[in-house]
Amino acid sequence: MGAGPVGTMSSALQLQGRCRVGDLEVCADLEVGDGETVAILGPNGAGKTSLLRMVCGLLPLTDGTLRLDGTTLDEPASGRFVPTEDRPIGVVFQDLLLFPHLDAVGNVTFGLRARGRRRGEARELATGWLERLGVAGLATARPTELSGGEAQRVALARALAIEPRALLLDEPLAALDAEVRHEVRRVLREHLQLHRGPCLLVTHDLVDAAVLADRVVVLEAGAVTATGTLEDLVARPRTRWGAELAGTNLLPASAVGARLELAGGAALVTAEPPGDGPVLVAVRPSAVALHAVEPEGSPRNVWAGTVAEVEGLAERVRVQLAGPVPLVAEVTAAAARDMGIVPGATVWASVKATEVRAYLR
Amino acid sequence: MTRHRALPLALGLLGGLGLLVLVVLPVAALAVRAPWSDLEDLLGDRTNREALRLSLVVSLWALAASVLVGFPIAWLLARVEFPGRAFVRALITLPMVVPPVVGGVALLVAFGRRGLVGQWLDQWFDVRLAYTTTAAVLAATFVSLPFFVVTVESALRAADRRPEDAARTLGARPGTVLWRVTLPGVRGAIGAGAALAWARALGEFGATITFAGSFEGRTQTMPLAISKALERDVESAILLSLGLLAVAVVVLVALRERWWGRARWGR
Repeated sequence: MGAGPVGTMSSALQLQGRCRVGDLEVCADLEVGDGETVAILGPNGAGKTSLLRMVCGLLPLTDGTLRLDGTTLDEPASGRFVPTEDRPIGVVFQDLLLFPHLDAVGNVTFGLRARGRRRGEARELATGWLERLGVAGLATARPTELSGGEAQRVALARALAIEPRALLLDEPLAALDAEVRHEVRRVLREHLQLHRGPCLLVTHDLVDAAVLADRVVVLEAGAVTATGTLEDLVARPRTRWGAELAGTNLLPASAVGARLELAGGAALVTAEPPGDGPVLVAVRPSAVALHAVEPEGSPRNVWAGTVAEVEGLAERVRVQLAGPVPLVAEVTAAAARDMGIVPGATVWASVKATEVRAYLR
Repeated sequence: MTRHRALPLALGLLGGLGLLVLVVLPVAALAVRAPWSDLEDLLGDRTNREALRLSLVVSLWALAASVLVGFPIAWLLARVEFPGRAFVRALITLPMVVPPVVGGVALLVAFGRRGLVGQWLDQWFDVRLAYTTTAAVLAATFVSLPFFVVTVESALRAADRRPEDAARTLGARPGTVLWRVTLPGVRGAIGAGAALAWARALGEFGATITFAGSFEGRTQTMPLAISKALERDVESAILLSLGLLAVAVVVLVALRERWWGRARWGR
C-alpha cells in the first residue's frame, strides 16, 4: 500500500507526511505526476479535506515532507515552510468560498491582482477565463445571484486563472443537482485534460472518480487504505468502506488451495486460488442465488442461511443473510415474494466458484 | 389559537408601555413645550450655532479616532491569542460601565496640567491638553471607543474565516487579505459600530465637562450648552435638545439605510 521510498524518477507532487487535526491523525503518502489526476475517496471525516489543506499550506505538516517540482514546500525537520500565498497551487473549495462582495469577474481578478498583474490586464485575463468556462455573460453577477453550476464554474475560473502548477479540487460536484452535475463534470473533465500539472480531487462519488481521475487513493480514518486504479478498487476492495462503495460483499478468510475458510467455520470454493494464507473474499450480491429448497447440480458453494433483513429497491431486493456465510444477496422482487423471503425465514444460497474472487490480504 | 396570541400580546403590551414612557412621552413633551416662535432667534444665536458646530466637529473627530484605534484593538482581540486577552477585553469595556465623570477625572489626572503625563507634556512640549477642544475630543473618544470595539470584535469573531483561506491560496498576502476580504466581510458591523460610537460621542457630557470644561466655542458642545441654558432659560434648552435630537435621528436613519440594511449579506 505504501508507495515505498521516493525514487529518483520523482513525481511532480510528492507528499509523505502527517498532521494532527483534532482527534484525527492524517498520515499521507502519495505522489501525483504531471497531467495526472488522483481522486481521493473516503468516508466523511476521513481527513480528505485536511489532506488538501496540507498540500496548499493551510495546514502545516507536523512531520514529513511535501515537494512540488522538486522544491520543498513543507518540511518541519528542516524548518522549511512556504506559506500558502507563495505556493503555485490553485484550490476549488467545497463551499466554493467565492467572495460575496465581489462580482464574478472581480472574484477571478482577485488572484491575478494578488499575484501582481495590473488592473486592466487582470480584468482582461479574468474575462477570458469566464469565457472559457462559459459564464462570460455573468461577469457582473454577485455570487448570491449565481446558480450552483454557475458558481462552480466561476470558482474553477478563479482557481485556473492564476495558472497554478498543481490543482486541488474539494468535492467540486457534491453540491450540484443531478442534471447540472453532469454538465459541470464535462467542463471539469475538459479543463483537467488541459491542465499540465498534478491534480488532486476529493470526492465520494465513484462516477466522478471514474470520469475525472486516472488513479484513486482511498483515505479512511486519516490513513491511506488503498491506492490504484478504480477498476482495481472495485474488483478488489480492501476495506468495508471500499466494499460498500463497490457494492460488493467482502469477507476475510484463510485460503488453502481453492478452499477459503471463513471465520465461522464455513468455507467457500473459488475457481482461482489466490495462494495460501489470509485473504479477502469479494462476492457481488447479484452473483448470490437464493433457493427455497436445497439446490442440486453445478454450484459448489451451497449453504443454508437465515434472512436477517430485506431491503427493497423497486425491482431488486437486497437480502442480508445471517449464518455461516454472512452475505447480501440481490434477487428480483418477484423471486423474493415467491420464495417467501421475510426476516427470520430460512433459505438456501448458492454462488458459483467463478463468482468468488479471492485475493491476498 | 388564543394560546398563540397571548404571548405576543403580553410582550407587546410590556414593550409598548416601555416605549411610551421612556421614548414617546419625553420626546412628545419636548415638541409640545418647545417655543416654536423663538425658533429663528435661537437658530440665529451665535452661542447655539457654535455649540452645534463644535458638537459635530468633536463627535466626528472622536469617531475617526475610535475607528482608527478601535479596529486594530478589535482585530487583535478577535484574532490573536495573547496572555491577558480576557483582561484587555474587560478593560476596553470599562468606559461603558464607569460613570463618564469618573472617566473625566481619570483623564484630568493623567493629561491635566499637573497630571501624570500632562506635566511632562507641559514641560517638554509646551502642550496643555485640559480645557481645549482636543480634550473634548479625547473625552468623547474615551466613552465611544468601546462601542466600536465591541461591535466590530464580535463580528470579526463570528465571521467566516474560510474566504480568507481562499484569498491566501490565490496569492494574497496578509495585508491584502485584511483589506480586500476581512474588512468587506465585516463592513456592516463597522458601520453599525461607527454609528453607535458617533451617537455616544455626540451625547457625551460628563467626561467632557470634567476634563475639558464648558468654554464657548472651544469645548462647549451641544449637551454642555443645553445644560448651561437650562440654568437660565428652560425654553431655549428645549429647542436645543430638539435640535440635537433631530441631528442624531437624521444621521442614524441615514446610516441605518446604508449600513445596517446590508449587515446581513455576509450570511
